[in-house]
Amino acid sequence: MLKVNNLNVYYGVIHALKGISFNVPEGKIITLIGSNGAGKSSTLKAIAGLVHTKGSIKFLGSEIVGTKTYTIVRKGIAKVPEGRKIFSNLTILENLRMGGFNREYNTLERGYDEVFDLFPILKERAKQLAGTLSGGEQQMLALGRALMSKPTLLMLDEPSLGLAPKIVSEVFGIIKRLNSNGMTILLVEQNAAQALKISDYGYVLENGKIILEDKSSNLITNEQVRKSYLGEI
Amino acid sequence: MNFTEVIQQLVNGISLGSLYGLVAIGYTMIYGVLRLINFAHGDVMMVGTYIALFAVTTFLLPWWAAFILAMVLTAFLGIAIDTIAYKPLRKASRISSLITAIGVSFLLENLFLVLFGGVPKAFPIPKIFAGNFNVGGVILPVVNIFAPILALVFLFILLQLLHHTKYGMAMRSLSLDIETTRLMGVNVDAVISLVFAIGSALAAAGGIMWALKYPSLNPLMGILPGLKAFAAAVLGGIGDVAGAAIGGFIIGISEILVVALFPELAGYKDALAFLILILVLLFKPTGIMGKNLGGRF
Repeated sequence: MLKVNNLNVYYGVIHALKGISFNVPEGKIITLIGSNGAGKSSTLKAIAGLVHTKGSIKFLGSEIVGTKTYTIVRKGIAKVPEGRKIFSNLTILENLRMGGFNREYNTLERGYDEVFDLFPILKERAKQLAGTLSGGEQQMLALGRALMSKPTLLMLDEPSLGLAPKIVSEVFGIIKRLNSNGMTILLVEQNAAQALKISDYGYVLENGKIILEDKSSNLITNEQVRKSYLGEI
Repeated sequence: MNFTEVIQQLVNGISLGSLYGLVAIGYTMIYGVLRLINFAHGDVMMVGTYIALFAVTTFLLPWWAAFILAMVLTAFLGIAIDTIAYKPLRKASRISSLITAIGVSFLLENLFLVLFGGVPKAFPIPKIFAGNFNVGGVILPVVNIFAPILALVFLFILLQLLHHTKYGMAMRSLSLDIETTRLMGVNVDAVISLVFAIGSALAAAGGIMWALKYPSLNPLMGILPGLKAFAAAVLGGIGDVAGAAIGGFIIGISEILVVALFPELAGYKDALAFLILILVLLFKPTGIMGKNLGGRF
């Protein structure tokens, strides 16, 4: 579904991504793990067209490097940004409306209903300002907002960041559920243990390069991964 | 001052304030989405009045057609200024855009000085604005009634747009977070153009009202009302549209009342708006309706 080939990202003189290549097959959960600054977030930003990028990214066969973000979103790629980035000055319903910015008007209600089915708490608070939500609820809103664009590929940037452990497993449960309904997912996580548990295949990034890739079930037992990313000595 | 005079001065202040408000809305909207003080905004207003002038005198259009034409053409001017001057600097430091805005301001002023000269031009006042209303002995010029009504109508339409359309919503989300707004599939450049179009069109409307009140045009006429409107936008809470209108009314009314109550201070009336600006920046930099937008001015 998504084929990334020799992807490079520069921020000024900093070479953040040094020619990485990976695949996201349809219907799978693929994860990128690695420490802070390894280039995970830059990878998602590059796919979303938010940073200047060199290399090739093919989505459903067509090249998207150099395309505007709004075109990429319309093609079916949605991203839940790191730190959730909900619009705190808009109501919850307005946040969802923004997520469905390019949806036809007559399908909006159905979109809201689908999100509210997944996250009933959002329905209760639909008219409240999004800034009044707790961290976990904001993450649900950010997820719901991304789903409003009817993506076929959902990218999540550190969805567990700053959340209580109970909420984290709830969020991961929902990601798993979306995937079993057919959603392809590209997940970036520092919480490698959780990410590897729910994903099919993983890539390990270090200093802007992929240093390791394997089935997630193999990565969990990999000596190097256990030492560096799962906090086991 | 007797009752009649008080009412007259108050209405005069409200009408002046509505003009500042119309211009201030553009400042505040552009600041809201780009964190840019568009110092050329007063000059955009000036261009709008010149367009109306030529539409009426050279092209002999009826005043209402001239009014609409001036708003439309000034909207395009706003889009052109943004596209040519500010857009290439989106990723540059904010001070670069600010200096560029001052440059655009000088460019418009001097371009119009070269093209049309510095001699003030008389603005033809259409018959329906020339008269006075007589409300129970209180004489009120028609334009003083028309200007605030027009300003409130525009404000109402704008607030509806901001709160009940998806492009309005995008303007509000843009003022918080450009990158995430992009992720929603919004063509951010188009929304920014729309903001410049609306702000500039309203400045033209304010400028034409200004010319109906003070019917003498010159290429530098936008400077002072522009700066006072900027003070109004800051007073109202920069980034807040309703706040800009409120700030405009406060500055307009206080300016007129100070002159009415203390005629000996009349020479200082233009300083008042800036005194208010300084006090707001000292004691309540976020203004009346202000939220902290994370700006760094």
